[in-house]
Amino acid sequence: MRKTRYAAAAMAAAAALTLAACGGGDDGGEAGGEASGEAGGDTVRIGIKFDQPGLGFDEGGEYTGFDVDVAKYVAAELGFEEDAIEWVEAPSANRENLLSTGEVDMIFATYSITDERKETVDFAGPYFVAGQDLLVRADDEEITGPESLTDKNLCSVAGSTSAARINEEFGAEANLVEQPGYAECVSLMGGGQIDAVTTDDIILAGLAAQEANAGQFKVVGNPFSEENYGVGLPKGSEDCEAINEAITKMIEEGAWEEAITANTEGADYTFNAELNPPTPDECA
Amino acid sequence: MDSFLSLFAEYDVPGAFWVNIQLTFWAAIWSFLLGAILALMRISPIASLQWFGAAYVNIFRNTPLTVIIAFGILGLWGQLNVILAEDFDLNFLRLAIMGLSIYHAAFVCEAIRSGVNTVPLGQAEAARAIGLSFLPAARLIIFPQALRGAVAPLGNVLIALTKNSTVAFAGSVVESSNLMKEMIEFRGDLVIPIFLIFAMGFVIIVVPVGLLTTWLSKKLAVSR
Repeated sequence: MRKTRYAAAAMAAAAALTLAACGGGDDGGEAGGEASGEAGGDTVRIGIKFDQPGLGFDEGGEYTGFDVDVAKYVAAELGFEEDAIEWVEAPSANRENLLSTGEVDMIFATYSITDERKETVDFAGPYFVAGQDLLVRADDEEITGPESLTDKNLCSVAGSTSAARINEEFGAEANLVEQPGYAECVSLMGGGQIDAVTTDDIILAGLAAQEANAGQFKVVGNPFSEENYGVGLPKGSEDCEAINEAITKMIEEGAWEEAITANTEGADYTFNAELNPPTPDECA
Repeated sequence: MDSFLSLFAEYDVPGAFWVNIQLTFWAAIWSFLLGAILALMRISPIASLQWFGAAYVNIFRNTPLTVIIAFGILGLWGQLNVILAEDFDLNFLRLAIMGLSIYHAAFVCEAIRSGVNTVPLGQAEAARAIGLSFLPAARLIIFPQALRGAVAPLGNVLIALTKNSTVAFAGSVVESSNLMKEMIEFRGDLVIPIFLIFAMGFVIIVVPVGLLTTWLSKKLAVSR
C-alpha cells in the first residue's frame, strides 16, 4: 500500500514537471513573437515544409532545400542573419492559419498563388514557376505524359487533386492511389505496385534526388500545369516590395539558379526555362 | 453563409460520409464475428486457446490503428501483392475494412468478456449440471446473457469504430477526412466552417448510435 502511494506521488510529480516544461516553452515562444512583430526586431519566423526533400527538409535540425535557400537569401536582404531566423513547420493545410494568427512572418512552402488564397493572405513573388509532372521508374519508357497513364497505377497525396485532374482533364483512366505523404508513394513505386507519382515537378525532382532514391526514378519532364510559388505574407503586410526586390536580385546574381541546381542534383531534372526564372508580380 | 453553402455545391460531402458509413458497417460485422470467437477462446477451458486470445487482444489493442492500416497498403499490397478484389479501388476499401476489423475485434472481445462477467457463476454450473459441454453451454446459456449485458460497451466500440474509419485515408480510401484535407487545401479561407461541417457530420452519425445502444441496453438487460 505504502509503495503504491509513493509511486502515485512520483507520477504526479513527473506529470506536473512535464506540464510545467510545456508552459515554459510556450511563454518563450510568445515573447519571441512580440519582439519580431513590434520592433521589426531581432528574429524573423519563417514557415517552411519539414518533409519535402529538395524544397524544405528537416535533417535533424539542419534545414535544406530550395525554399530554404530562397528564404535565407530574402531574410538576409531584409537584414536578418541566418541565426536570426526561426524555422517553423508549415504543413499545407495550416499555412493560412499560421499567417493570420501571426505565428510566422512569411511562408516559403511550395505555396501556389491562387485567387482563393489571396482573400486571406498576401503574396510576394512568384520566385518559381512549377508545373505538374510525373515521376516514373528510371527504366520506364512507356509513360511520357498524362495521356499515357491509362490502366497505370498513379499515386498522389491525400487531399490534393493533382491525380484526379489527370483523369478529368486528359481523359486518361489511371488507377488512383492516395497516400498520406510522397515518401509512401515512392516506397510503393520502389515495390513495383505504382507506376507513376504526380505532383509539381520540383517536388518530384527533390524526391528523386534523395540519397536513398538516387538513380532509381526520373522526372518525365513534360509539365502540364502552371503553379506560381509565392511568398505567403499576412494580409496587409508591408514587406512585399522588399521581398520582390530581394527575389529579383537573387535571380540576377545567379544565386537562384545555383540553388535549384544544388537541390535537385542527381535527379536528371531541368526546370521549365520558358517560365523560369519568373518576374515577381506587382504588390497589391 | 453563401460561401458556406457553396462548399456543399463544390464538394460531395454526403458522398464522403457514405464511404465512412460503408467502412463502419462492414468492419462492425467482421470485428463482431472475430471478437466473438476471440471471447470464446478467452473463456474456454483450453489453455492454448486462452493464451492465443489474450495474445491477440494485447497485440492489436496496443498497436496504433494507423500502423495497421498503413501495413495493409504498404506491406500487404505494396510488397506482398495481396489483392482482395479485382476492382482497383474496392481492393483498398476491403484492405481498410480488414485492418479496421482486426483492430476493433480486440475491443469487441473485451466488451463481450465484460458481458460474460455479468452472468452469475451459477448459470455456468447449472449448464454443466444438466450435461452441456463447453460449446453448447457457451452458445445456449452464457453468450445470450453475456451479449445482453455487453450492449453498452459494444455500442462504445461501434462509436469508436465510426470515428476511427477516418484513418482509412492512410490506406488510399477516399473518405471524409480526405475531403476535409482537400477542402482546406483549396478553401483555406473557410477553415472553421469546414471543420464544423465534418464535426457535425460525425455527431449526426454517432448520436443515433449512442441513443440506440442506450435504449437497447435497457430493453435487453437481464433482470436479476
